[in-house]
Amino acid sequence: MIDPSQFKPKTAYVIYIASTPEKVWQSLTSSDFTRKYFWDRSIEIEPRPGGDFVLRLPDGRINVKGKVIDWNPPHKLSVTWQVAWPEDFRKLPQCVVSYEIAQAGDAVRLTMTESHSWEVPEAILSGGRTGWPAILSSLKSLLETGKPLAITMAPPTAMIEAIKRLK
Amino acid sequence: MSKPKFVYVTYIRTTPEKLWAALTDPQTIKRYWFNITAECAFTPGSPWHLKFEDGRTADSGQILESDPPKRLMIRWRNEFKPELKAEGYSRCTMEIEMADYYPDFGGKAAKLTITHELEGEGTRFIEAVSGGWPKVLSNLKSLLETGDVAFKTKP
Repeated sequence: MIDPSQFKPKTAYVIYIASTPEKVWQSLTSSDFTRKYFWDRSIEIEPRPGGDFVLRLPDGRINVKGKVIDWNPPHKLSVTWQVAWPEDFRKLPQCVVSYEIAQAGDAVRLTMTESHSWEVPEAILSGGRTGWPAILSSLKSLLETGKPLAITMAPPTAMIEAIKRLK
Repeated sequence: MSKPKFVYVTYIRTTPEKLWAALTDPQTIKRYWFNITAECAFTPGSPWHLKFEDGRTADSGQILESDPPKRLMIRWRNEFKPELKAEGYSRCTMEIEMADYYPDFGGKAAKLTITHELEGEGTRFIEAVSGGWPKVLSNLKSLLETGDVAFKTKP
């Protein structure tokens, strides 16, 4: 396992959802939900610290894999995050993705934090900074309206170029 | 060292025109902005004020750019917290773009990017708006997509 204290938060996104903490937890950990708001990916996650975590593409290939660090339903989920596809992206050192869920008045606050253990170039951080707002906007739409908001996008060109330059 | 800045992006199932109207119509603003009222013509050079229900001024400034339904820039200073007011003016840019959906979902979506940057030095004002914007914009997204806000009362 990794030492989480070596990973520093570089990107955070906060969104408030008219829902319950339990429902938000379920949407983060169940493929019935992730397939709708997370660009068709299904999730496989062992419900315990140290358990395996996989995001899988519809054709069966693994997109992201990692290990569970925190499993504390419905409050905190964190996983290590190693991109496995596209192939070039395997050069990226793993990061840590954490979700914190809290009641905030009559809504639920969901905080996503992406933490890194190295001096990540801004161009590489732009990937998460582009993707997370779309993913989490879609999650909010799904929970509030029953329909996701599946925005079409690709990784930023600057990110792809920066990954090519990685050793 | 770059100046402190807050950037927030949200995608909303609506049209740029409806989103622009929600950002500039005082009655709509009041619904998603916790009873704050905007007083402004939203044309370049117009004075701009946000007011609390009791009439006190929360923030004030001026419209620097207004290009409906794409781009609005406000020169913005806090007026009700001395430690924030002391940091002076900021610039808040609101940009609206069209976003593509997966074809099988059809319809339209709008991408809203808020960039809020201090003109001078300081960290408290940007810290304060970093906490506030996600609440206000989450409420705005709910209102446009569901007809109701996410927070019935201010958290």
